[in-house]
Amino acid sequence: MPYEPVIGLEVHVQVKTRSKMFTRAAAGYGEPPNTLTDPVVLALPGVLPVMNKAALDRVIKVGLMLGCEIAPVCKWDRKNYFYPDSPKNYQISQYDQPICTGGAVEIELPGPARNLLGEHRRIPLTRIHLEEDVGKLNHAGGESLVDYNRAGTPLMEIVSEPALHSAEEAFAFLTALRLIMIYGGVSDCDMEKGQMRCDANVSVRPVGGQKLGTKVELKNLNSISFVRAGIAHEIKRQTAIVEAGGAMVQETRDYDGQTGTSQSLRSKEMAHDYRYFPDPDLMPVKVDAAWKAGIRAELPELPFDKQRRFFAEYQLPYTITSVLLPDRGLCDFFEEAAKLSGRPQAVGNWIANDLLRELGGARIALAACQVRPAHLAGLVKLVETGVISGNLAKEVFVGMFQSGEAPESIVARQGLRQTTDAGELDQWCAEAIAANPKSVADFKGGKENAINAMKGFVMKQSKGKANPKLVDEILRRKIAG
Amino acid sequence: MADSELIFKPAAELAALLAAKQLSSVELTQALIARTRAVDDRVRAFNSFDEADALAQARASDARRAAGQARGALDGLPVGFKDVIAVAGQPLTCSSRMLANFVSPYDATVTRKLKDAGAIPWGRLNMDEFAMGSSTENSAFHQTANPWDLERVPGGSSGGAAAAVAAGEAPLALGSDTGGSVRQPASFCGVVGLKPTYGLVSRYGLVAFASSLDQIGPLARTVEDVAMLLGAIAGHDPLDSTSYPAPVPDYCAELRVRPGPWKLGVPKEYFGAGLDAEVGGAVQAAIEFYRGTGCEIREVSLPVASSYAVAAYYIIATAEASSNLARYDGVRYGHRAAEATGAVDLYFKSRAEGFGPEVKRRIILGTHMLSSGYYDAYYLRAQKVRTLIRNDFLRAFQEVDALLAPVAPTAAFKIGEKASDPLAMYLSDIYTISLNLAGLPGISIPCGFTRGGLPVGLQIIGQPFQEARLLAIARAYEQGHGWRGRHPTL
Repeated sequence: MPYEPVIGLEVHVQVKTRSKMFTRAAAGYGEPPNTLTDPVVLALPGVLPVMNKAALDRVIKVGLMLGCEIAPVCKWDRKNYFYPDSPKNYQISQYDQPICTGGAVEIELPGPARNLLGEHRRIPLTRIHLEEDVGKLNHAGGESLVDYNRAGTPLMEIVSEPALHSAEEAFAFLTALRLIMIYGGVSDCDMEKGQMRCDANVSVRPVGGQKLGTKVELKNLNSISFVRAGIAHEIKRQTAIVEAGGAMVQETRDYDGQTGTSQSLRSKEMAHDYRYFPDPDLMPVKVDAAWKAGIRAELPELPFDKQRRFFAEYQLPYTITSVLLPDRGLCDFFEEAAKLSGRPQAVGNWIANDLLRELGGARIALAACQVRPAHLAGLVKLVETGVISGNLAKEVFVGMFQSGEAPESIVARQGLRQTTDAGELDQWCAEAIAANPKSVADFKGGKENAINAMKGFVMKQSKGKANPKLVDEILRRKIAG
Repeated sequence: MADSELIFKPAAELAALLAAKQLSSVELTQALIARTRAVDDRVRAFNSFDEADALAQARASDARRAAGQARGALDGLPVGFKDVIAVAGQPLTCSSRMLANFVSPYDATVTRKLKDAGAIPWGRLNMDEFAMGSSTENSAFHQTANPWDLERVPGGSSGGAAAAVAAGEAPLALGSDTGGSVRQPASFCGVVGLKPTYGLVSRYGLVAFASSLDQIGPLARTVEDVAMLLGAIAGHDPLDSTSYPAPVPDYCAELRVRPGPWKLGVPKEYFGAGLDAEVGGAVQAAIEFYRGTGCEIREVSLPVASSYAVAAYYIIATAEASSNLARYDGVRYGHRAAEATGAVDLYFKSRAEGFGPEVKRRIILGTHMLSSGYYDAYYLRAQKVRTLIRNDFLRAFQEVDALLAPVAPTAAFKIGEKASDPLAMYLSDIYTISLNLAGLPGISIPCGFTRGGLPVGLQIIGQPFQEARLLAIARAYEQGHGWRGRHPTL
């Protein structure tokens, strides 16, 4: 009997805020241990939590971006369990009234080829709630050290419906979700920094079945690639068990991305009783229509909506949109330059080829780049209007990138303007013919390509300023004559 | 002025002497230190006190006053702190082995407000461990005695605070009241104690027992003194999400307006079986006093509050406590078991060694109340009962301005008398805990003595955030009686 996997994801995303979820202590990463703390973070006797409104704003923003229903009241619960990374030994979370319910994440599956658009699907969400992150344990030499810098960082948990059916879909889900978070300015979703973490619930069932199989929760999938590999491994493992007539055990398993294996952490019988109850230290917060409207007014365009618009509005090819889409800043850069120049495709090509190459080479971010959209638009215009040649334009771009100088200024200062002066061109072409007798003979003998050597000679003599079209005409006329 | 005159003077009179420069804060502080040294080996109200620190602050206060920069009535007045409210640099033990060596690095909001007003935090006052108890017998450190009879309990859990005020060791003190922990010891020790409306006083820096019930409350020797201290600590605090955003009236000024007579209710269920005859008699006499001054006295009924408050209280309070006290795990601060293998062992041993039996009992009870499968039957139901209890009171308040009731079923009982019977001990809070469940303010004022010379308290229960009226009603009784002239002989 063939089996199909059913997968649901629980994704934790740190919300980017200046301070922590329930106190004024700064949120951050990479600081010396236990420096991002205060009496509230350390759960000293007598302290109280106060909600960070910015964090709630951002989760509501995510909810609105994903089409979720926003709860009219934001209510806080305590999730009680003992662990040394949890200062209070309870976590403030949302249990029975998550701030967002429903909604969906649009994903793109791999296309038939890298340069072709893949199938899009909408993966429904169960809920999104807000909570606080825990600290971090460091084990060394038989001792455990606790760093509470991360403790209390706003953390949202996004729970999908069990609606994914392959490791590839899970990968696409996380890729899409991550981009949406980044577009919303809600999180940087850097998995290496733990800003995005994923657990997966995986089960298998006979193909076409309605009932869900016994699920296994996979933990510690700490990169998007590990999520894909871990789920693929788990599907294989479960399929082998059920195909051999075995029964699945409900359990939590730890996937080791290094070895590509998983091991059981705990069975269902050992599951925690979290003793949830409403946190008496926090009042429920009413989320009214005006609050939501204020956030709605600032919603960014979703990545795939932007892509569809780029297809329609600018006739960009899929490959170019694929390059632009992951970086909202790059998209904005593109649009501005496209509008200024009126040549969106040319601008797209410049960005995809030259700008990204230079940024990569210099290892700098777009924000730090000295080339502004107006510069690129100017450069495109210089080429389109024949002021400089395409080849020279490449050099001008590098100059722009290095100095931030406007292309018109570079062209003027270096005298790069294409020459159409008939006398000058004539002179260069005559020299080219005189210097390349073999090429002349070859060309006359029918080798069309032989003319290129003479063109190259002219370009060299003219330092690239000769108008290629005119050079071609003059050479042909002179050789023929 | 002789120390013996100073130590029992109401704080308002001491403030007047300080303002008139007939007394210095250093003189007053020295007198209290001397008194405390003289009697506290018997009363044992204090867990600790820092004489040098208190005197340094007194000198600073005197300097401010000399420079014409006194900060108001409280400037230079020492205030005792129940050892459950954080004062930066001072111990914060909650009378528990768990926090025996803990020094707070931060100030509670009430502490900051009192420091801003120039008051001097004076000593750490004994209590039932983590405020769980009604006799201060649950202190892990020592037994505080009732200054009126050293063989009797001072009440609890703010027993040290009430005893210190009664014994002349502090003119003012801050306690905390989760189920009667300010009012009951105030009544046992013959002082005035107020539990404010939930949300009037910030809880930031008050070590939590049961978050939805806890309130800090002032204890003093007169209603006016309580009004003065309340005015200094009340008000909205951005650090406490449950604090109420409303302006604070000038309680002392309101006391000088005499708005009575009032309509006063007497809950009939509070005068039934279990109420000691002498206590009941004293309270009845107080009711008659009000009637005699033109107040209309009406019998009211609190059917839910009188029947189900204790049950609902011990579910909600223990449930919240089980979660609030989870942070004491030996990892970051507090008692840490010496020999532990691994995190779980560290939890077990640190908590087994650090907590006393009553605290453990309540943690176990509360953990059970919140457990999967029991939550709906206990916690959720108790919360519904809580709403009904509040409705009981609000219904009564449609007819009357305030309620008159006993504070506790008996006067102070003997040390050890109820220590082995937790249920009997829980019932000593029967008249006080419903206010915490309903979030209402209540005050305990002395209303007489038993034949054996033990103080009896009258409880006046007010409408939410109507502390000014509550204090005025209490003041009317106080001015008609001379109870506050009597002091324990030590």
